[in-house]
Amino acid sequence: MHSPAQKPPLSPSRIAIHVVLLIAVLLYLVPLVVMLLTSFKTPEDISTGNLLSWPSVITGIGWIKAWGTVSGYFWNSIMITVPAVLISTAIGALNGYVLSMWRFRGSQLFFGLLLFGCFLPFQTVLLPASFTLGKLGLASTTSGLVLVHVVYGLAFTTLFFRNFYVSIPEALVKAARLDGAGFFTIFRRIILPMSTPIIMVCLIWQFTQIWNDFLFGVVFSSGESQPITVALNNLVNTSTGAKEYNVDMAAAMIAGLPTLLVYVVAGKYFVRGLTAGAVKG
Amino acid sequence: MATLELRNVNKTYGSGLPDTLKDIQLSIRDGEFLILVGPSGCGKSTLMNCIAGLEQISGGAILIDQQDVSGMSPKDRDIAMVFQSYALYPTMSVRENIEFGLKIRKLPQAAIDEEVARVARLLQIEHLLARKPAQLSGGQQQRVAMGRALARRPKIYLFDEPLSNLDAKLRVEMRTEMKLMHQRLKTTTVYVTHDQIEAMTLGDKVAVMKDGIIQQFGTPQQIYNDPANQFVASFIGSPPMNFIPVRLTQQDGRLLALLDSGQARCALPLGVAADDLDGREIILGIRPEQITLGAAEGNSLPGIRAEVQVTEPTGPDLLVFVTLNQTKVCCRLAPDVECRIGDSLNLQLDPARVLLFDADSGQRLRLASTGATAKDNVAHFKGR
Repeated sequence: MHSPAQKPPLSPSRIAIHVVLLIAVLLYLVPLVVMLLTSFKTPEDISTGNLLSWPSVITGIGWIKAWGTVSGYFWNSIMITVPAVLISTAIGALNGYVLSMWRFRGSQLFFGLLLFGCFLPFQTVLLPASFTLGKLGLASTTSGLVLVHVVYGLAFTTLFFRNFYVSIPEALVKAARLDGAGFFTIFRRIILPMSTPIIMVCLIWQFTQIWNDFLFGVVFSSGESQPITVALNNLVNTSTGAKEYNVDMAAAMIAGLPTLLVYVVAGKYFVRGLTAGAVKG
Repeated sequence: MATLELRNVNKTYGSGLPDTLKDIQLSIRDGEFLILVGPSGCGKSTLMNCIAGLEQISGGAILIDQQDVSGMSPKDRDIAMVFQSYALYPTMSVRENIEFGLKIRKLPQAAIDEEVARVARLLQIEHLLARKPAQLSGGQQQRVAMGRALARRPKIYLFDEPLSNLDAKLRVEMRTEMKLMHQRLKTTTVYVTHDQIEAMTLGDKVAVMKDGIIQQFGTPQQIYNDPANQFVASFIGSPPMNFIPVRLTQQDGRLLALLDSGQARCALPLGVAADDLDGREIILGIRPEQITLGAAEGNSLPGIRAEVQVTEPTGPDLLVFVTLNQTKVCCRLAPDVECRIGDSLNLQLDPARVLLFDADSGQRLRLASTGATAKDNVAHFKGR
């Protein structure tokens, strides 16, 4: 839009804005830099140098050791997150479709009650959830954790999809019904193909929530079935032996990478999808 | 192609709520073009949705080809509909949009291709088949929406204000085109509009609706020349019919309406005297084109001098506004009439053409000399 010639002159206020932004960027980047630097240092290097000093020897020993410790839990997290994200998104899409296009008596009330789920703190559902999982025979299993995440995530995914679908004209559904299409055909052939932006929002949101979850993970799993967030905590909080900060930092990086990756890959849809419902098209 | 009959159709959205449709009763023959017209909120779109099966009726019956379809789902009624917003499937190409209904009905691909080609040729959209709806102009989208309806060769077409999203010029073009199309295809059609010109020009039959009640059902000419009540008279016609409050009086066995322009007075003879009307205040309705300029003295029609207050040259006509009985009255005169604001014109009202309405209920009052019409055309009218 702006050609270089039209660039506004560098006024003092503009310089001030850039300085402030630069400081903000540094504030956010410093922890990451410290983590990265530390993860490639040897333990001796860490104990002698300061936090921001360049490693005297760059070594991958911290990463190798960290991966050896948390890799099993990393796969646990994937086994929990992927099905939970997919199931909660799929059900949320169907819920949103019904609540916007096939309203029934009391559907507004139903939606209102469902929204409560968005404001319920994790802690309040811990006991009822563990009771239910026990009754279902799913206590301390990966499937149990998936179920908890799906149920807890439904409030959000339904909200996302419902708000996206109310902006789609109802005439589309009417036209498809007259064309002879049924409930699921309309959903699959008409509505879902229009839903890419909101599916992306939902996937990113749910992936981030579930991958980063610690509380459900620590409560509803044990031992070998724990997700990586819990394993990371156990690793860092261990009180025996010398503190291996390089391993801690590398493990923390490993735990954080997937969410970063998802955001980089699908991030452009995130902003687009969040604003999609705002302006009626 | 089919006949359509509505028998006492009722629709309500809940026991406490007022009825959206009340005892709708009408029938059209095979190949007829029915217009449902009325102001917004009159229930015309609801009635259309009920015919389509998108909404369930609360009472009565809908018959297509003498078969009761009231309980059937939309897809079994064999009806196609064109929506005001066109409702094209945005992720599908034009071809896929037209094919969709045929594919759902599991037609063989060869038959589908043939049908798409036929419809595309008919509507001249062959060059658009590969495009997505978002890449089309409003008029093109409108054609595609019609193409989707035509492709299935249904028994009945429903059009829900299909032209109201187009600009004025395109609207007139498409109106003519729809009429041509209907003359060619001869399919039974129900067309909802709030545009009285569309109602007059397109329909074989017109149903004027208000508050969920059919005010009048008849041909456009019946509706225009012989409206059942003041609402119908005011809704159809542009510029609208003039409604002048008048007091009736009797003289020499004739009923007279008293007019006063401020400059002059006149007693308009209406017909045979009727004692129950003597001295009553009623509404006299006359269309702008039925007020003419008194050319010469000795004309048999009664005339009244009135002062010109506003003139609006529209091109084909000159609209002149005067005051009669403290009411602004529009007269539609020839464009070459020379008149300026403040001039006095000798205006003539044809007593044979004026309509009389009850001042309270708005119902037509029919006198012996103004001619009675078929009673079944007159629907009951709820007071304003």
